[in-house]
Amino acid sequence: MRFPTEIGSRQRPAFGWMDVVVLAGVAGLIYGFVQTASQWFGPFHTSVEISLSPLALPAYAGLSTLRMLLAYLLSLSFTLVYGGVAASHRSAERLMIPILDVLQSIPILSFMPGVVLALVALFPKTDLGVELASVILIFTSQAWNMTFSFYHSVRTVPQELIEASRMYRLTWWQRFWRRDVAFSVIGLVWNSMMSWAGGWFFLMAAETFTLGDKDFRLAGLGSYLQAAANEGNSAAIVLGLVTLVALIVLIDQILWRPLIAWSDRFKMELTESADAPQSWFLDLLQRSALLHSLSAALRHAQARIADARTRSARRPQPLQPPSRGLWIERAVGWPVTAGLLALAVLGVWRILGLLTDVGAASLGGIVLDFFLTLSRVAGALIVGAVWTVPVGVAIGLNPRLSRILQPVVQVVASIPATAVFPIIVAALLSVRGGLNVASVLLMLLGTQWYVLFNVIAGAMAIPTDMRQAAALFGVRGWLWWRRLVLPCIFPYLITGLLTATGGAWNASIVSEYVTYHDRSFSVAGLGSAITSAAANGRYDLLFASTLTMAVGVALINRLLWKRLARMGEERFRLD
Amino acid sequence: MARVATKVILEASGIVKYYDGSKHPILVLDHVDLGVRRGEFLAILGPSGSGKSSLLRILAGLAEPTQGEVWFDGQRQVGVNPRAAMVFQSFALFPWLTVQENVELGLEARSVATAERRERALRAIDLIGLDGFETAYPKELSGGMRQRVGFARALVVEPEILMMDEPFSALDVLTASNLREELLDLWLEKKMPMQAIIMVTHNIDEAVLMADRIIVLGHDPGRVRADVEVALPRPRNVKDVREQALVDRIYRLLTHPEEEYPAVEVPLAVPVQRPHVTLPHADIGSLIGLAELVANRGGREDLYDLGRDLQMEIDDLLPLVEAMELLGLATISEGDIELSRAGRQLAEGGIQDDKALLREQIVRHVEPIREIVERLEAEPSRKLSWDELHEEWQRFFSPEEAENQIETAIDWGRYAELFAYDEDSGNLYLENPES
Repeated sequence: MRFPTEIGSRQRPAFGWMDVVVLAGVAGLIYGFVQTASQWFGPFHTSVEISLSPLALPAYAGLSTLRMLLAYLLSLSFTLVYGGVAASHRSAERLMIPILDVLQSIPILSFMPGVVLALVALFPKTDLGVELASVILIFTSQAWNMTFSFYHSVRTVPQELIEASRMYRLTWWQRFWRRDVAFSVIGLVWNSMMSWAGGWFFLMAAETFTLGDKDFRLAGLGSYLQAAANEGNSAAIVLGLVTLVALIVLIDQILWRPLIAWSDRFKMELTESADAPQSWFLDLLQRSALLHSLSAALRHAQARIADARTRSARRPQPLQPPSRGLWIERAVGWPVTAGLLALAVLGVWRILGLLTDVGAASLGGIVLDFFLTLSRVAGALIVGAVWTVPVGVAIGLNPRLSRILQPVVQVVASIPATAVFPIIVAALLSVRGGLNVASVLLMLLGTQWYVLFNVIAGAMAIPTDMRQAAALFGVRGWLWWRRLVLPCIFPYLITGLLTATGGAWNASIVSEYVTYHDRSFSVAGLGSAITSAAANGRYDLLFASTLTMAVGVALINRLLWKRLARMGEERFRLD
Repeated sequence: MARVATKVILEASGIVKYYDGSKHPILVLDHVDLGVRRGEFLAILGPSGSGKSSLLRILAGLAEPTQGEVWFDGQRQVGVNPRAAMVFQSFALFPWLTVQENVELGLEARSVATAERRERALRAIDLIGLDGFETAYPKELSGGMRQRVGFARALVVEPEILMMDEPFSALDVLTASNLREELLDLWLEKKMPMQAIIMVTHNIDEAVLMADRIIVLGHDPGRVRADVEVALPRPRNVKDVREQALVDRIYRLLTHPEEEYPAVEVPLAVPVQRPHVTLPHADIGSLIGLAELVANRGGREDLYDLGRDLQMEIDDLLPLVEAMELLGLATISEGDIELSRAGRQLAEGGIQDDKALLREQIVRHVEPIREIVERLEAEPSRKLSWDELHEEWQRFFSPEEAENQIETAIDWGRYAELFAYDEDSGNLYLENPES
């Protein structure tokens, strides 16, 4: 395979200090992995002692990062396999895409109690269960949007490229990597970044997870911050937050920025863009002699392997239809479909069985809880929109302001709300109705950025000539907002709010029911219903409330957001 | 099977193609027969809607005909022809691969060894004049250079037949003419591996300049209207008298859809009639502009000269001309357009006069729009939904074409103030419902 992974300019550089950095980085990664793995297979801890010493922080940061990395790799593999199969097999697609749609609208955190309990039961002797649970949770938060992005990209590969690949008889392997994956890289990188940011949110939640009197916390940055908040140790809180932000910025600089700069070559447009994304780290990597030799060696090895099955193409090719895909696809297709269907039927059957245990009274309570949480979600969204729209438009329309504020906003937005949640809870619990406020605040913290970033993007996309025309005709004040700005940013705003809604519902599960100083506090709502049902082992209630949330969120998406999005597409598109 | 050395390398017989993307299949190609001889450069010429690109894809094996067969080198062709290569109108290069990687891709797919692959690619790159650009990415190249990559990629797999789908139409005039000449030289000097070329084009000059034979397709549905042997000596020049005469003849043919040609009527499995008039997608503003221009030139003008002066391709001019004929504003004869009385009035009138005139002409001549008006008048609500109309017109057109047809109908109807359309509610309604 020669999927263009080789990082390289055309000249081979000399061995330099960058190579030392690369070597040190690789050694560090290996060491960290071995250390963690040894911990995973160590004896199960009934409770984790979190050290607040600053010296413990690097190890905690490493542990958290590793969980993120594993979950991301899992998500990426899932994306390529699932999205690839769905996009290239009509019959599979009909089943796989609706499944993905359902998975996407299920609030992930409602899985957490179930997943943690199941995996701990599966690995009772080691920490592996809890660790796996955290990875799986992050995975479920990351995979769906990446998979959708990949699937949509593959489905929109230009017809001409498809025809060219058929005409020149590209192999399955070439079509997948050279055409489909290459065409999808840009969308995949952006979605990976979003997923990664979302992953922090869930990682923090997973690391600080307790259920009633059971302690499933994991050593990491999230639990460090929680422990610090529990003890009211402000020095540790600040230190933990600084470490978290530094880690997020570092990963952005050495992973995502280089990837964005690298992925620019996969743009479909055939014009050279004036301001191609840059990355200092990618530039440095390209100066590493070590990486150059490595990529050259890889290319050489790949050519050797390819040549081993060489034949001459000069003899006339027989006029035969190409075989319809690999035999394995045909052999696997039906059993897999049948298996999936059987699994789905079984699942529905079991859930129905569980649901019959729930009494009518409980059901009424769940519906009431739904509306209570709905009102919190709506509150968080309204507050979010009210401040982000004017601020976002101000930033988007003012290049100087956006140059100064964009990086600041990005850093602030990158702090996962769940990391600061223990601090907020510590501060607000003593106040009357404090948890109610804290709950809405967490939703807001977790979701307002989606709205803000989308509004900024929308404001930046307002054509200059329209703004000038508005200025010439003296359009200002409310008229300016109503006739120019709001219609222009409408589609962006809706996209932001749609994403924010999902996040807010998710946040309700960790924000309505909290454990502080070994005591549980809760406010009535669907989120606390889910968590307390899990804590008390009431799986019928857990299922009923999770299902209610999933159906409710899906309905709101269909009835409200998708309609508004379509309206935005049709009426306010600028082209 | 023993290989039969035939003079004809590729033969298509009885090609029928239905577009089946909608509830009602639409006929795209109607019993097309053609053959390509070894050593021949064949041009397939037709206006848009003649299905020429569909035909090429069927010949290459990229698409299956609904009926009919393609034979290559004495064998029935099934699936993509491995001994053919194609050059695309939009180049179809992989933007993330360098020139060299793009050219090598087809060889790689055939598992040609690395060293041989490299060498053959370099030779093709050199032949086609891309030397020095091996490591460039397509986005660094101009349009002409990109299409050279397209040619190199096709040549390197040493095809026996080369298919070209409007290879020069995305290029500017000078670049296109330069590349045309160079390609023709390589072909005539037998420096290219293939034994035959098929080129699809809508450019008459291009076909006359390059081809040994031209198949002229008619549109809606596409069928062979003429098979013209181009026996002119090379090098040719489209400004010369003989070339000019041929160009004129073909132009006349294309602008006379009703002219007789041998048609074989064979009953089809799914008979689809098109009783519905097809509206040419002409913009009313341009139409009035054209009427004024012809009026200024005395009310009669040679279409070919007109196209040339306006620098309009036949694809752009033809809908306007057809619309004028449909609206009774002009008649076409002998390759000339002549304004009718109504046409002259249109050219002289002001905005309001024009609207009144068009209203009258549309109601008199354009059946689909008249039908809409009549239905609106009969409807108690005075409304007709776009969706309903779209649903109905899919009996005659593909979903996209139905959409285009409705768009044109709305465009004309609105201009003539016959009815109005509200985009938000998706309804057509009568402007002055007093009748």
